[in-house]
Amino acid sequence: MTSFDLNFSADHFSLLGFVRAQQLDLAELDARFRDVQARVHPDKHAHAGESDRRLAMQWATRINEAYQTLKSPLSRARYLLQLLGYDPQVDSNTAMPAEFLMAQMELREAVSEARGNGDESALDAARTQLLGDMKTAYQYLVELIDQHKNYLAASALVRQLMFQEKLLNEIDDALEAVTA
Amino acid sequence: MALLQIAEPGESAAPHEHRLAIGIDLGTTNSLVATLRSGMSVVLSDDRGRPLLPSVVHYAAASVTDGATGSAIEVGYAAQAKQSLDPKNTVLSVKRFMGRGRRDIAHIETLPYDFVDGEGMVRIKTAAGIKSPVEISADILKTLRQRAEAALGGDLTGAVITVPAYFDDAQRQATKDAAKLAGLNVLRLLNEPTAAAIAYGLDNGSEGIYAVFDLGGGTFDISILRLSKGVFEVMATGGDSALGGDDFDHRVFCWIIEQAGLKPLSLHDARLLQMRAREAKEYLSQHGEAPITVKLGSNEYVDLVLTTDVFAEITRTLVQKTLTPTKKALRDAGLSVAEVKGVVMVGGSTRMPQIQHAVGEFFKQEPLNNLDPDKVVALGAAIQANLLAGNRAAGDDWLLLDVIPLSLGLETMGGLVEKVIPRNATLPIARAQEFTTFKDGQTGMVVHVVQGERELVSDCRSLARFELRGIPPMVAGAARIRVSFQVDADGLLSVSAREQTTGHEARIEVKPSYGLNDDEIAAMLKESFSHAGDDAFRRALREAQVEAQRLIEATQSALRDDADLLSLLERAHIDAAVTRLQTVMIGDDRRAIDGAMLALSAATNEFAARRMNRSVQRALSGRNVDSIVESIVP
Repeated sequence: MTSFDLNFSADHFSLLGFVRAQQLDLAELDARFRDVQARVHPDKHAHAGESDRRLAMQWATRINEAYQTLKSPLSRARYLLQLLGYDPQVDSNTAMPAEFLMAQMELREAVSEARGNGDESALDAARTQLLGDMKTAYQYLVELIDQHKNYLAASALVRQLMFQEKLLNEIDDALEAVTA
Repeated sequence: MALLQIAEPGESAAPHEHRLAIGIDLGTTNSLVATLRSGMSVVLSDDRGRPLLPSVVHYAAASVTDGATGSAIEVGYAAQAKQSLDPKNTVLSVKRFMGRGRRDIAHIETLPYDFVDGEGMVRIKTAAGIKSPVEISADILKTLRQRAEAALGGDLTGAVITVPAYFDDAQRQATKDAAKLAGLNVLRLLNEPTAAAIAYGLDNGSEGIYAVFDLGGGTFDISILRLSKGVFEVMATGGDSALGGDDFDHRVFCWIIEQAGLKPLSLHDARLLQMRAREAKEYLSQHGEAPITVKLGSNEYVDLVLTTDVFAEITRTLVQKTLTPTKKALRDAGLSVAEVKGVVMVGGSTRMPQIQHAVGEFFKQEPLNNLDPDKVVALGAAIQANLLAGNRAAGDDWLLLDVIPLSLGLETMGGLVEKVIPRNATLPIARAQEFTTFKDGQTGMVVHVVQGERELVSDCRSLARFELRGIPPMVAGAARIRVSFQVDADGLLSVSAREQTTGHEARIEVKPSYGLNDDEIAAMLKESFSHAGDDAFRRALREAQVEAQRLIEATQSALRDDADLLSLLERAHIDAAVTRLQTVMIGDDRRAIDGAMLALSAATNEFAARRMNRSVQRALSGRNVDSIVESIVP
């Protein structure tokens, strides 16, 4: 009977029946998430006994966590690299290529200037540019992890993407401030 | 979906027994109760055929002639009739006070009540004693419970109570406490826009992205939902838990005072003018202008005409206040206006033409108004209550995935907030964060939980503060304290903290700083029992028996489906616990029933875990993937 218990403590990929890879079919992820959640969610056990209800909450929490981690390519990559024994060191390692840093600084300056001027279209343009850069980077991340298995280079790219995600948030905040 | 053909645990129990379940919309201005009758969700009216119950409670000193059970409390229309005669003892819009302290309440100086000084949730001094918003709300809920019991002719299995999606933990906890006080078994706290989406979506078989714009008497919610085959997924929610029709009334009220050049008003006159202001607002939903004529107690005379244009002008900033959270919710959901397939209008305040116009303009489409905006929330709540109570018919199998409206965080050094759970995370959710000591030999640590989006603790709502004691003395930074947050499907938080190196643990139910503590709840329950006499004892016993029966049915159903997961010994153990519970539940010893229920629960713990695992495996085995075989089945 103990064999069943492996599921709850399984990693996010195997919990939802995926192989460990950065490339992931998001529609399939959605479908599996819903299928499993449809069985374990507390609403499906609201009229059951106390232990069932507690378990349902634990399971639903677990499934949500797995789904949220796998859904975003950045959190998926961080999680996957950790599983593979490579800590991307997003908090401690801030070394990045000079070229990348320069480009980011320019973009950041443009954003803060546009925010100061209340220039919505400049912010939109910065957002579009950044999203384009990030899309290319995410595609490259799949190659690095799944094909080249170059986890060190992937870790470095993850750090850059963290940086860019943060900038994207700043642009969104600026847009919110400007359009409010 | 192939899923539907596989029996859920507990589902096959007593298929013909219909459990009585209700949905309650506990509104700022009006409250409603609904239930499912022959598959149709219907609002239950009072004995005079009125569906709405005004959320107004009047407290009078119990008169001698009334005797001990005197009708000192009136709820609804009867109370409403007294609002300008006895404003101090007639409480309106109590929802605005739920989980709130004095400083949180807008325009408190214009309210006629005698607020009691003190920390925590506001309290009002009435002729029938000091009342907390929880007790006042419980009086409204009791009236609805009695209405439902009379109409349905039996004990209720449970209720779904709706709350604004943007309610924080303190407001949710206060609502749940009120329901408990009113003798209701809360199956779920359901967000109002989500309830509306259920009523709407199931009626129309809709698919796609929908926005629910819910402007009630005192609260505003915007929810962005994705409706797809059997799943209602809230993608983002936003709002303002202190913005509603009341604020529009207030603008009209101020306009009247200004236009008529009135002197400071008596309490009576203020209430009277507020009523006229509200009537004028409602009149303008159908007409181009509204006459306002009032003769005040001060012998002043008001004779004004409010036009739609002027009304729109004086409320322009309020309308704008609804659009800012709407934009934010869309951005949080990562969507543009063009992707929204429909906008469902909920709440009586959406009848105002300027709201209809502003929403239509923002979403570039006509808003949907085909369900009564006053009733749609209660109707949806009843549908969900029916499902949660276990009255599941074929095809009734949808899943509701809701989110937490406001981020949760912890106070760190310098009064800053460290976010632990971000807003719009799908529920239920758990997160853990590690902290350490900052002084050598530090043995205690205060954990301060806050809710809100701002960076400073002082700008967020304080939810709870507790102390973890007995940390073994170590050098600064050596202790590892893991603080875990769990938010359940009701959006309610529990927090525990554990020192990792020694395993020292502190667990608390979050009782919000603005909430009631357990002693207060117990005292209120006791007080309400002492009025009801024997009835309360019988009710408590009856509830325990109903609960015991439910547990037995659920266990038997699980045994029918999955008995093969048990060894003979385990099976015998469970059977014995069932028999024991069946024996004691016939008697009137409530403690014995509670004890036997606990024993049965304990006996089925492991069985439940195995069944849940099997259920997950079945969900995935319907999927055509090789990886399951290698990674899940060992």
